[in-house]
Amino acid sequence: MFKKILIANRGEIAVRVIRACRELGIISVAVYSDVDRASLHVRKADEAYHIGMPAAAESYLNVAKILDVAKRSGAEAIHPGYGFLSENAKFAQACGDAGVKFIGPSPASMDMMGSKTRARQELEKAGVPVVPGTSKGLESAEQGEQIAAKVGYPVMLKAAAGGGGKGMRLVHQPEELKSALEAAQSEAERAFGDREVYIEKAILNPRHIEMQVLADEHGNTMYLGERECSIQRRHQKVLEESPSPIVNADMRQRMGEVAVRVARAARYTNAGTVEFLVDQARNFYFLEMNTRLQVEHPVTELITGQDLVHLQIQIAAGEKLPFRQEDVCIRGHAIECRIYAEDPDNNYFPSPGKITLLLSPSGPGIRRDSGMYEGWTVPIDYDPLLAKLIGYGTDRAQAISRLTRALHEYFVGGIKTNISLFRRILTDADFQAGKVDTGYLDRLLKSKPSEVKGGHPEVAAIAAGIFAILDPASAVVGNGTLSATPGNGHRIAASGWKRAARVEGLG
Amino acid sequence: MIYDVIIDGKGYRLEVEWSEAGWRCRLDGREIQMDAVLARRDVLSVLIGGKAYEVKREHTATGMHLWVGSDRYLAEVRDPRSLRGRRGGDADEKGPKKLLAPMPGKVVRVLIGEEQAVEAGQSILVVEAMKMQNEIKSPKKGTVQKIVAAEGANVNAGDVLAIVE
Repeated sequence: MFKKILIANRGEIAVRVIRACRELGIISVAVYSDVDRASLHVRKADEAYHIGMPAAAESYLNVAKILDVAKRSGAEAIHPGYGFLSENAKFAQACGDAGVKFIGPSPASMDMMGSKTRARQELEKAGVPVVPGTSKGLESAEQGEQIAAKVGYPVMLKAAAGGGGKGMRLVHQPEELKSALEAAQSEAERAFGDREVYIEKAILNPRHIEMQVLADEHGNTMYLGERECSIQRRHQKVLEESPSPIVNADMRQRMGEVAVRVARAARYTNAGTVEFLVDQARNFYFLEMNTRLQVEHPVTELITGQDLVHLQIQIAAGEKLPFRQEDVCIRGHAIECRIYAEDPDNNYFPSPGKITLLLSPSGPGIRRDSGMYEGWTVPIDYDPLLAKLIGYGTDRAQAISRLTRALHEYFVGGIKTNISLFRRILTDADFQAGKVDTGYLDRLLKSKPSEVKGGHPEVAAIAAGIFAILDPASAVVGNGTLSATPGNGHRIAASGWKRAARVEGLG
Repeated sequence: MIYDVIIDGKGYRLEVEWSEAGWRCRLDGREIQMDAVLARRDVLSVLIGGKAYEVKREHTATGMHLWVGSDRYLAEVRDPRSLRGRRGGDADEKGPKKLLAPMPGKVVRVLIGEEQAVEAGQSILVVEAMKMQNEIKSPKKGTVQKIVAAEGANVNAGDVLAIVE
């Protein structure tokens, strides 16, 4: 087993990996940019090293600096988290060249999955269902029209190097194809430096369901159940759950076996995720493979009882998977909410700033993976994910009710967050019925807000006056003619405390 | 103490007093049985007629917010004996208006130059935070008197970006 691991990431995922290291008796090494000196991961790690300017290219994407820290600190392995360098085959290669173990798959597996057309070619050979279309870049609009006529409209044009919705175009009619192809090619060129665009039959209002896989370096590959990830906005997942409301044991086994076939075709090792599009008839098609730990891995951990980060580290250390496929047992239901620093009243724009008050939920069935703390200033330079709140229950209804309860306990003051959005989703009838697809969230947001105020303006009015007396810090507008001084406030608060103590003593 | 409290635009007259016997409270002349404890800075536990409320206080660029459970209210407390408090800072369509940064970020583009005419709602600057661009729009029809924040400048929430007259 490794003695020391470097975590090439920040935020909640860095804290998550540091915790796993501590649990396994491994020394953790954090890295941080100029604006992350006060971040939680630096406080929680055993060692921490500065790596550069706030811009990710100068710090968390700087391969030379990170490998230099690995060398200086004596780290034997690097966990890349998600995002940043986690799916960068060149980084994985550079780690290997520097004699540091990359906790993830081989550069060759990452390369194969990095190109969507190459992955399609390899997987069609392995008998994996892919969406009907081409597995090579289109050479002309005429060729595109021929294929579209064969698979049927609407069709989707997609960048081979793509991701995040860039270089994608939906085409309804033959007349639109030529201009859409040109637009997709030039967008792909700009975004990825590669103008290769291929064509697929468009699956309208699909579900997005993914399968967790694990593979050790001794040829054992298995699946750990699916995650329903259809609730998305701007092609970003917002809420994930496991199991999916529409996947039964038979479908899970079929999807899982296909996912294992995908991983084997890529000679995959470590943790990975095979994403599928699922149509209304519950046919599933390979979409892509994410060659890293997913943001939403905790839902799988809760329903399988496995710790995926422990397993990632053990696999990278050369250990065999400690269980067999038939030992994997799914129990209960888990739902994750991604808590972002964004403003629901301003089209979910990022809302960085200082967290002035933080009240965190706990209690039965609640897991919170967080990278924030009260008094911390959320930097403007990175993804605005603050924390993940995960609810677990014996069934879906209990997971929903626990999570809803916890969301009412959660309070982040000083910045805006999307916590209210989750209360809206969890109380929505379609969500509760499991009727979700990738268009669900946009439809919900277009409808009028269903969250109405409970009608406590008088309570707010009374509280406003009491705050002014007990805790007068800038509570009153104007020039501070208020007679209650902070000294008075403390005296009253202290005497209230004594009174409460006396009452409790009597009880 | 007597306060004029404004909650989401509606005014209340609040009389509230603490003594050894407990809290005395009248809201718009109505006697209310209540108790309150400051749990910690910015958090109150309020009991009214047997009902329990957790109230959180938050100061933002737009003012003070009070959260009763998960409901947010914009709140303002004025001391009626203070003339300056009574006058308030109510916005006036006439005169220069300041454009404030709604969040910390970086000014990536200035779209309108000084002395140029603008319509109400027209974008004047673009502020970027966390890789998202936010257009800052003119609150009124008029002329851009001054651009305070230059392209490339880092700004904090509440900073003045420009003045429209």
